[in-house]
Amino acid sequence: MLRAVLDALSTWTIPVLLAGIPLLALLRRVKVYPAFLDGARQGFETAVRIIPALVAVFVLLAMLRASGAMDAAARALGPLTRALGVPPSVLPVALVRPLSGGAAQGIVADVLRTDGPDSFAGRLASVMAGSTETTFYVLAVYMGAAGVSRYRQALAAGLLADLAGFAAAIAVCRLLFGG
Amino acid sequence: MGVILAVLSALAVAVAAASGRLPELTAAALDAAGKAAAFSLGLVGVLALWMGLLRVAEEAGLVRAIARLAAPLLRRLFPGVPDDHPAMGAIVMNVSANVLGLGNAATPFGVRAMQELEALNPLPGTATDAQAMLCALNTASVQLVPATVIALRAAAGSRAPAEILGPTLLASLCGVVVAVVSAHLLGRLFPAARAG
Repeated sequence: MLRAVLDALSTWTIPVLLAGIPLLALLRRVKVYPAFLDGARQGFETAVRIIPALVAVFVLLAMLRASGAMDAAARALGPLTRALGVPPSVLPVALVRPLSGGAAQGIVADVLRTDGPDSFAGRLASVMAGSTETTFYVLAVYMGAAGVSRYRQALAAGLLADLAGFAAAIAVCRLLFGG
Repeated sequence: MGVILAVLSALAVAVAAASGRLPELTAAALDAAGKAAAFSLGLVGVLALWMGLLRVAEEAGLVRAIARLAAPLLRRLFPGVPDDHPAMGAIVMNVSANVLGLGNAATPFGVRAMQELEALNPLPGTATDAQAMLCALNTASVQLVPATVIALRAAAGSRAPAEILGPTLLASLCGVVVAVVSAHLLGRLFPAARAG
């Protein structure tokens, strides 16, 4: 049942938006094509803006792998990652996600490249990164803009939300994709 | 991040030097830099398509449509904010833009909402429950389509880049529920009054 609902969402959401948004825009008399071109140009800029973070993270992870340090860390953390049901390569996603969105994207991309996008590790890394936010960055921007320096429960709530997102990602990926 | 990068890079070099793998490390580092740039170029197509579509959605008034649907629910999450206060309007637009994944559009609304809420704050400088709730909503992911992750998967050659959409939505929902509930319940553990 749950699988059927989630599969339907994965299958239908993007096609429905691809057809629905331009149709809605036509009805609202929006100039669809110029608007699309204008937005698409930003997509190009976004991809270019990701390059520096991707270079930094890919190079660091490649050095850790080539030196043997990554294998040693994976062996040392083996009991922990096995208990959590997380492949060792995915663990850094959870550790870095609340701190840096760019670095987390780089780690996900590296997992997708080395383990494969359709592997359990690749799918889990994708769901983890997609279902959480860069908590520390969001708090710094929002609280800072209002001149608030005492965050009260906001930090705890944000980090608990990340934790819940990761736990749910592991549970739903194990249910749907095995592993 | 800078400290982490520097320490881990030094660690990798030290381990490689100790095990005689420095040439492999150098080759791997240079190869990875090239791979990173090539990978990023693989993102251009999907991100351009998606952001183009989102701009069309924005101009068609989809953010406002979502805002109308979300407003009654959001008002219940912010009991201390009057319905007709400008903060409420900014909160609703902030969350609605985030649902569509319009981060660039969501942030200015969020910043304005935080500033309007600060005007209602009896203890300026200490977050109100409403400010904590808005931040909690923004530190959880409410977006419908995780477009960047899907682009990364497409660039990596996935057979089904979008197959993680449903599972991601479910995991996001768990995160949002925990964010809202903990922002609500933990307020009492972090009393504003005691803050000087």
